Amino acid sequence: MIQSIAQLEKAKLDNQNEIAMRVGGASEGKVRHHVLICGGTGCTSSGSTKLYNKLVEVLDEKGISDEIKIVTTGCFGLCALGPIMIVYPEGTFYSMVTPEDVPEIVESHLIGGKLVERLQFHELSGDHHLVNSLAETTFYKKQHRVALHNCGLIDPEDINEYLARDGYAALGKVLTSMTREEVVQCLLDSGLKGRGGAGFPTGLKWKFAMGSTGKKYVCCNADEGDPGAFMDRSILEGDPHSVLEAMAIAGYAIGSDEGYIYVRAEYPIAIQRLTIAINQAREEGLLGENIFGTGFNFDIKLRFGAGAFVCGEETALMTSIEGNRGEPRPRPPFPAVKGLFGKPTILNNVETYANIPQIILKGAEWFASMGTEKSKGTKVFALGGKITNTGLVEVPMGTTLREVIEEIGGGIPNGKKFKAAQTGGPSGGCIPASLIDTPIDYENLIAIGSMMGSGGLIVMDEDTCMVDIARFFLDFTVDESCGKCTPCRVGTKRLLELLDKIIEGNGTLEDIDKMEELCYYIKSASLCGLGQTAPNPVLSTLRYFRDEYVAHVVDKKCPAGVCKNLLQYHIIPEKCKGCTLCARKCPVNAISGSVKEVHVIDTSKCIKCGVCISNCKFGAIVKV
Amino acid sequence: MKKTLTTVAFCGTKEQEEKLLAIIEKWKGTPGALMPVLQEAQDVYGYLPIEVQKIIAAGMDVSLEEVFGIASFYSQFALNPKGEVSIGVCLGTACYVKGSGQIIERISQQLGVEAGSTSADGKYSLEATRCIGACGLAPVFTVNGEVYGRISKMSEVDDIIAKYN
Repeated sequence: MIQSIAQLEKAKLDNQNEIAMRVGGASEGKVRHHVLICGGTGCTSSGSTKLYNKLVEVLDEKGISDEIKIVTTGCFGLCALGPIMIVYPEGTFYSMVTPEDVPEIVESHLIGGKLVERLQFHELSGDHHLVNSLAETTFYKKQHRVALHNCGLIDPEDINEYLARDGYAALGKVLTSMTREEVVQCLLDSGLKGRGGAGFPTGLKWKFAMGSTGKKYVCCNADEGDPGAFMDRSILEGDPHSVLEAMAIAGYAIGSDEGYIYVRAEYPIAIQRLTIAINQAREEGLLGENIFGTGFNFDIKLRFGAGAFVCGEETALMTSIEGNRGEPRPRPPFPAVKGLFGKPTILNNVETYANIPQIILKGAEWFASMGTEKSKGTKVFALGGKITNTGLVEVPMGTTLREVIEEIGGGIPNGKKFKAAQTGGPSGGCIPASLIDTPIDYENLIAIGSMMGSGGLIVMDEDTCMVDIARFFLDFTVDESCGKCTPCRVGTKRLLELLDKIIEGNGTLEDIDKMEELCYYIKSASLCGLGQTAPNPVLSTLRYFRDEYVAHVVDKKCPAGVCKNLLQYHIIPEKCKGCTLCARKCPVNAISGSVKEVHVIDTSKCIKCGVCISNCKFGAIVKV
Repeated sequence: MKKTLTTVAFCGTKEQEEKLLAIIEKWKGTPGALMPVLQEAQDVYGYLPIEVQKIIAAGMDVSLEEVFGIASFYSQFALNPKGEVSIGVCLGTACYVKGSGQIIERISQQLGVEAGSTSADGKYSLEATRCIGACGLAPVFTVNGEVYGRISKMSEVDDIIAKYN
């Protein structure tokens, strides 16, 4: 039990040796190596649990289990190369490690001291040189980790490792040496804005709630619903205590003793680690009654979302915690006045919370020194799509899209050309190549017709059809529209039908104008953020890629070669060797030709399934 | 994903029904209890067929409409039983731009099962899932919980599905 600041400091010192080897310090005792294995969702999907089990087995066989400490961590960030293993004190970075590789790593590296070069990470772009440690990769060099500073470094299921990293020191500081007003002022001064998407100043939100009286709630929005975004999950999986600590700080600041975390049921690992973290914090007396002997009480409950995107909207989320269909309600009254169970409530996103303990410890000025004039601090992005280094990156606000995509992301694979980046998920927009030097912050993204959103950053190359992408997002919003208000329920459906018409080759120029008009109505008349932002993917693609829409409508062509109805499959005579493979594979017998002769596709029979293209060894079949 | 009512016949046991009634008994009277009741009922039956919803509506003293309203609102509640071979194709953005749309179409064609439903014999179920977070391995699909990623050819999909025959 930790009941005073003195005990907290002692706990920190007691545990520092446990992680010293990983943070560049000297480590005492028998343990020679720390082997970190990523236990995030990405690496678990690529088999890191099997890797862990094998390592335990081999170390046991060799009788060196007590000399090697195995740590399951949260996400390192480079998910595409999973499973990832890091060996300290060297910091050696092994990627795509399989259980079969384990005996070699143990024998050669852990026992013999010789690194296993063939498994070490080689840069995926440029000259593909070998990289000695994680910190030296181009992927990490430009990053600045604040919200993610513990992810991939500590064991998220061990509160002691968090304590060794100044864990709960910020909570101790606010409870023993700061007034509620000072805490809120510190956040206001830091310039921290909500990382969930809308970018509302966090301190201001807290200030409003502080002014209300009676029972209040602190909620955490962990219902990360944007497709392709996984920042919040990685924080919950890699550093759950930072969120709990920040919620307790919020509780003190606004005068609340009860918190709720609304987490997606689709995140089983995050749920498990949150549950463990809450129990450990309670055991240590860092959640519960009379925290640090100051008379402050705060506890946290978990609630599981059941898979509804709209529940990321604050009023819908609270309605869902209350046990109903997660439908939003009009604001005002804002949650700071009337929120969960009708009481004043603050709701912040996971990443927002993860920043707060460090702002308290290092000061508002430190945080405000990072970023741009109006957007302070850093932002985590989930970099995905057509990019070499897929994964999680955290960069200071104001970093340009070019730096993120070309330097950190390693550019577009397969020699393709960058076409657009999509931010903000279904509420955001596509940023064209001409704006790749835009510094990323809240204001700039809004100005170019996209938005920060929660941080999904999907890269698209020349093979991506922008009309199809707009349709993809619209399909998503139509699906997820809760149906409460007409502009969103009916409007998005009509918009989708217009897009379908264009994709099928039946669109007219008038349809494009009609879509723009409809977008305007949906934006201005919808009840909640979901509907108000739903047309953004259409509007931004129309703004920057109107020629593609026109090509679909006037020329009846899909320039990227995606929209099936507008394509025809052809065999290039010069390349066809007459191997007959395509003809044999075609499910509808649309291909004719005899051995060693050029084959021909009967386009009236062709169902455009693509089997021939994926089977042709000579690249002789094309879509035009 | 639009929810389709199941074509698989309901075959709940007496034992399951007793468990369900105990769940209803436990939660009855608690405000806002319908969500946890449905979640626990789904743990018992694996899905929420209309027969189960009727029992819940009667037990909780609410209309079937209200129960169905919540069951159909949240995508986590399944109105179809999972097939013996349960396939989920990720249609998150990262997977979609890397071609998962073709994967789901392919599987649907090959197995004759529409996305979001279960074959009448209960053998296969096919689901278009939201982002499962394995974006680094895009495009991915799952079969009975096993994740298959970095799919580059449709023939790989066929081979994987064939393993479960």
